[in-house]
Amino acid sequence: MSYFFETLVSGLFAGVMYSLVAIGFVLIYKASGVFNFAQGAMLLFAALTFVTLIEKGMPFALAFIVTSLVMVAMAILIEWLVLRPLRNRDPLTLFMATLGLSYVIEGFAQLLMGMDVHMLDLGIPDVAVQVGGIYVSQFDIIASLIALTLVATLAIAFNKTRMGISLRAVASDTLAAQSIGIRLPVIWRIVWSVAGIVALVAGLVWGSRQGVQYSLSLVTLKALPVLIIGGFSSIPGAIAGGLLVGATEALADIYVGPLVNGSVSTWFAYILAVGFLLVRPAGLFGDREIERV
Amino acid sequence: MSLLTKTMSLAAAAAMAVTLMSSASFAEDGTGQQLYPLFTYRTGPYAPSFIPFGAGNIDYLRYINEVEGGVDGVKILVQECETAYTIERGIECYERYKNGYNGALTAAIYPHSSGLDVALTDKARIDKIPIVSPGGGQNIATDGRVFPYQYPLVFDYWSEAQIIVDYIAQQAGGYDKLKGLKIATLYHDSGYGRDTIEPLGILSKKYGFEDIQIPVPHPGEQQQTQWQQIRRANADWVFLRGWGVMTPVAIKTAARVGFPADRIIGDIWSGSEDDARPAGAAANGYLAVSVFPPGTNYGILKTLKAEILDKGKSDLKDNSKFGTVYYNYGVIEAITFVEALRTGHKKFGNRPLTAAEGQWALEHLDIDQKRIAELGAEGLISPLKTSIDNHKGETIAAKIIQWNGQSWDTRTDWIKADASLFADVIKAKAAAYAKEKGIEPRVATN
Repeated sequence: MSYFFETLVSGLFAGVMYSLVAIGFVLIYKASGVFNFAQGAMLLFAALTFVTLIEKGMPFALAFIVTSLVMVAMAILIEWLVLRPLRNRDPLTLFMATLGLSYVIEGFAQLLMGMDVHMLDLGIPDVAVQVGGIYVSQFDIIASLIALTLVATLAIAFNKTRMGISLRAVASDTLAAQSIGIRLPVIWRIVWSVAGIVALVAGLVWGSRQGVQYSLSLVTLKALPVLIIGGFSSIPGAIAGGLLVGATEALADIYVGPLVNGSVSTWFAYILAVGFLLVRPAGLFGDREIERV
Repeated sequence: MSLLTKTMSLAAAAAMAVTLMSSASFAEDGTGQQLYPLFTYRTGPYAPSFIPFGAGNIDYLRYINEVEGGVDGVKILVQECETAYTIERGIECYERYKNGYNGALTAAIYPHSSGLDVALTDKARIDKIPIVSPGGGQNIATDGRVFPYQYPLVFDYWSEAQIIVDYIAQQAGGYDKLKGLKIATLYHDSGYGRDTIEPLGILSKKYGFEDIQIPVPHPGEQQQTQWQQIRRANADWVFLRGWGVMTPVAIKTAARVGFPADRIIGDIWSGSEDDARPAGAAANGYLAVSVFPPGTNYGILKTLKAEILDKGKSDLKDNSKFGTVYYNYGVIEAITFVEALRTGHKKFGNRPLTAAEGQWALEHLDIDQKRIAELGAEGLISPLKTSIDNHKGETIAAKIIQWNGQSWDTRTDWIKADASLFADVIKAKAAAYAKEKGIEPRVATN
């Protein structure tokens, strides 16, 4: 039974890591209704920028601040060059634009910083400690605390600040929000900047575990079922979805995998997501669309 | 159409015409040269491994062209074609260069991808183009009577499984000590990763060790569950068959569950600097199989340093990659190409070879110890002798290397696999393939 619980707990911690990636998607979706395909590329770009600065001898805190500023600059550029010309277009058009954007960001990252694999040491020990008879990684505990802090900060920012309320207004009805004087470009710049900083945090956590390399952008594949299950527009949903996906795929690998002689975690998460699409299309916490006819 | 639009269109058309004309007039005349279509993946997730690998290839061929005056006087024309490690782009590259380029002849194609090697099997048979995949070919294609155009040179994963078991037996104090040991294989859940399940099953029955197989889904960025299984099973050794990001994650996760790095033996694709370095201190002591030993203390590497690297002619942008696993892999691959050309020249004369002549040369390769010494490649490559019956090479061998935190140390000399152990199984598989495809196996008449 302790093995079951150990698997479950490790799955839940893995789920928190997925949630970190999913939050970036949620932010942009909330503000613009666009699924940002470039989130993975932003994550890679942020982690690569950070590690390059560290390798050049910059102190950790300064490298974090500089990289955050780079991500803000990137958000302003994206808003100016991509989103503004496509304003009021169909969400599918914007989605396709982010698809192209992901290639541009990845190519630019490669051109600027090369393709080497970098080691990233955040100074967090990645060793197991025993908690209640179960082995838990210190790194996972700290990553979870980072995710929870991030969620709490974003929740306060969305609910208690003027900017957050404006953002929710845009998410709720873009045209109505514009009609009362909320400036869409400003909102977009802020949201993409915050999503960029979230990408940096997620990139550092994932990069520290697997090395900062091109394939880092692939971790976004893990975020898709999380988003479907949690709901595209809910940050708590991203956390709940992440936990559910992490726990389910870990248990499935142990108890279902041997029955089919292979690993099942990748597709099992998607099967779960499809199940949710059939039963609860908006996800656990997503906004249900109601149309008057 | 407005005047401005018309003007812009004309300007664009004129620019395109000038570009096309200039690229045509500057295309190198390849007459009298041997084409080497270099399938690259300088972009995409696997680019970090290609960059030094491609440089090793290019540097050696540049040395042959510029210092030795070509292969027996025949210059090699290198034409790059970017595949981004995707099969569809790889097939485009194959189609582009299968019939040569601008007068230069194609003798063989190195696809640089196991998936592409498989995808080209039927095409190559129709086009009669030799497909060469050192270290990454199809083991079944060892039987050249059924696969006349596939060359899985140098190494295969079945032999690798055998070499791993041999090494563990050495460490345990003999084959009789294998009985009761638990060897877990953590494999990338793909055709490549699954390829060692069958041979390890055979070896497990032969030696009595417990064979534990654990798959990791692509790309392998999360492995906590798998390593918990390994710890729970009390495995003595782990054979890590990773690819890309799976390897450093495996090493780090192993450390987290308390599994010692010096009891993990990585596959040839889990044994580069880029596999170990990202894992940081957790990788200290990590072992790996090496068919492409790293290091610069080989005659040919010293020559390349003096003639190419130090003269600023290397394809490397970062000279610290010189002598790394992937750089040396590139050099070794280029050596197989050049030696195949030399073999062909002895029979057909010193001129560019056709694909048919390339095929003959590739199945009559004989890089023996004497030739290895002449090449300055002692310790870098092991002898390679092919025949119609055996497109892989009669002797398959690898070394075990160990990560010291900064670079690899060589732990063993060449460990040779016993080719006879699986020969019948491979032949039976090839025969079944021939029957299924309606192929009449060639008769081996050298």
